[in-house]
Amino acid sequence: MDRYTEQRIADGLVRAATAIVLAVLVLVVGVTLVRGGRALLANPAIVVTPPGSTYMLDGAGGFLHAVLGSLLVVGPATVISTVLAISTATYLQSDYSSERFAEYANLFLNVLWGTPPIVYGVFVLTIMIGAGTRASLLAGILSITVFQYPIITRYTDEALRSVSTELKETTYGLGATRFETIRVATRAALPGVVAGVIMGFARGIGDAATVLFTAGGSTAMPGGLLEPATTLPILIFQQATSFNAEVRSHAYAASFVLIVTVLALIGASKLLAGRFARYTPGGQSE
Amino acid sequence: MTETDTAIETDDLRVTYTADQSVEALKGVSVGFAENELTTIIGPSGCGKTTLLKSLNRLHDIEPSAEVAGDVYVEGEPLYDTDRPVPEIRRKVGYVPQTPTPLPMSIYDNVAYGAKLHDDYSNAELDDVVETSLRKANLWDEVNGRLDAPGAGLSAGQIQRLCLARSLAVDPDVLLCDEVTSALDPVSAKEVEDTLETLKSEYSIVMVTHSMEQSQRIADTVAFLYLGELVEKTGVETFFEDPDDERTERFVAGETIVDTP
Repeated sequence: MDRYTEQRIADGLVRAATAIVLAVLVLVVGVTLVRGGRALLANPAIVVTPPGSTYMLDGAGGFLHAVLGSLLVVGPATVISTVLAISTATYLQSDYSSERFAEYANLFLNVLWGTPPIVYGVFVLTIMIGAGTRASLLAGILSITVFQYPIITRYTDEALRSVSTELKETTYGLGATRFETIRVATRAALPGVVAGVIMGFARGIGDAATVLFTAGGSTAMPGGLLEPATTLPILIFQQATSFNAEVRSHAYAASFVLIVTVLALIGASKLLAGRFARYTPGGQSE
Repeated sequence: MTETDTAIETDDLRVTYTADQSVEALKGVSVGFAENELTTIIGPSGCGKTTLLKSLNRLHDIEPSAEVAGDVYVEGEPLYDTDRPVPEIRRKVGYVPQTPTPLPMSIYDNVAYGAKLHDDYSNAELDDVVETSLRKANLWDEVNGRLDAPGAGLSAGQIQRLCLARSLAVDPDVLLCDEVTSALDPVSAKEVEDTLETLKSEYSIVMVTHSMEQSQRIADTVAFLYLGELVEKTGVETFFEDPDDERTERFVAGETIVDTP
């Protein structure tokens, strides 16, 4: 086989692989959007209506409880894990830690990142059993925080690492303290930090395994921190396995809400990153 | 040449990098830099020029693998053997890095940043500091009217003068410049050089450069470093026309320096 035939075959293979992946992506998003859109168009109120007492049996009411539950679990969790992540990532920079320590810490964070979410769920469940509490919004927040923490930390660490040494030398040279320097560095790293936070949020809002035991899969509106709650992924699982066709169609509607939320977040992060990038050399100009 | 006061001087300064293997980058350098003069430090790559410059405002403190022995004196005050907070020391000795590096903020905030760290200025006073510093750096006319724009949007030459303005805003005595024109086109480099020339009436400037032509153009005094040692420091004319050391002579002539045993 001559070199040019090899080249053509290789070209064909990479193109085909890309086409397959894109087709699957379009199919997944497309089917969800079309079927979910249809269900939503037929009855848009289900997103903002609390579930009736027989919702799981006949689809009476809507699934506001899960929309709200998702936001109440993932919102606070993202805030907490972001604060923890930025602090940890800051500590892993050369201003605080040795290269060696940072390497080990990052290895550990990668392992945490790769840990199946159900393990986090079981971990928090163990704590709950020890504390003698039942599934609650608080436990859900806690487990999603643990789940998001390594993701956001790794993103933030990479972003801070990519800040030029000269920038730090500049601020130190002006007489800034370590804390003041790291604030400027974080500002320079914001596009990467924002990407990490959004990624953490998106993964958190889409995850079912972590909250399965901890939040409780409640079928009522969230009542308080110590009351059970549910999130969209759990709801989708419940809906999709229902024997009522109406409820099953709601699964697509809920998926629609979930996918649009995640896509909107990714869009927002691109916009935000672009805004911040104007302030770093090589970033897009005005 | 008239005798001038020394702005900053080193005493048996030794810097060792201990990262992979121990390398002594500065082997006991004792050198003084005169007040209100522009001194260039020249020498081949890897001879310790930047190492010397960074030790003059304790920038090696942020590099865990660098060990500094000996001391540096700014107007008689020790830099290393002291209880004074390091940020207070660094504000007196400004540093402009080789790569044009804007802070991730507006032009105004770039200049105001350092000033705000050290003093409580009113807004009007801060406006004043920013304008004065930008004027000193010959940048005011080019950026006036768009002070809110990102600093990163300026050209490389403008950013380098922005860096100068930023250093001037904290009111240093000494200004350290690390090859500040090497990343610039000739026109921008000339503008930075002109700026430095006007600044030396108020500040003591120590500048690392690769370019002998540049030294000849703007330096009052030239210090020649070779393999971590100070070979010679003398007035610019003597340096290029009648140097004492044979190694200087060879370096100036562009020849390979053979180390005298």
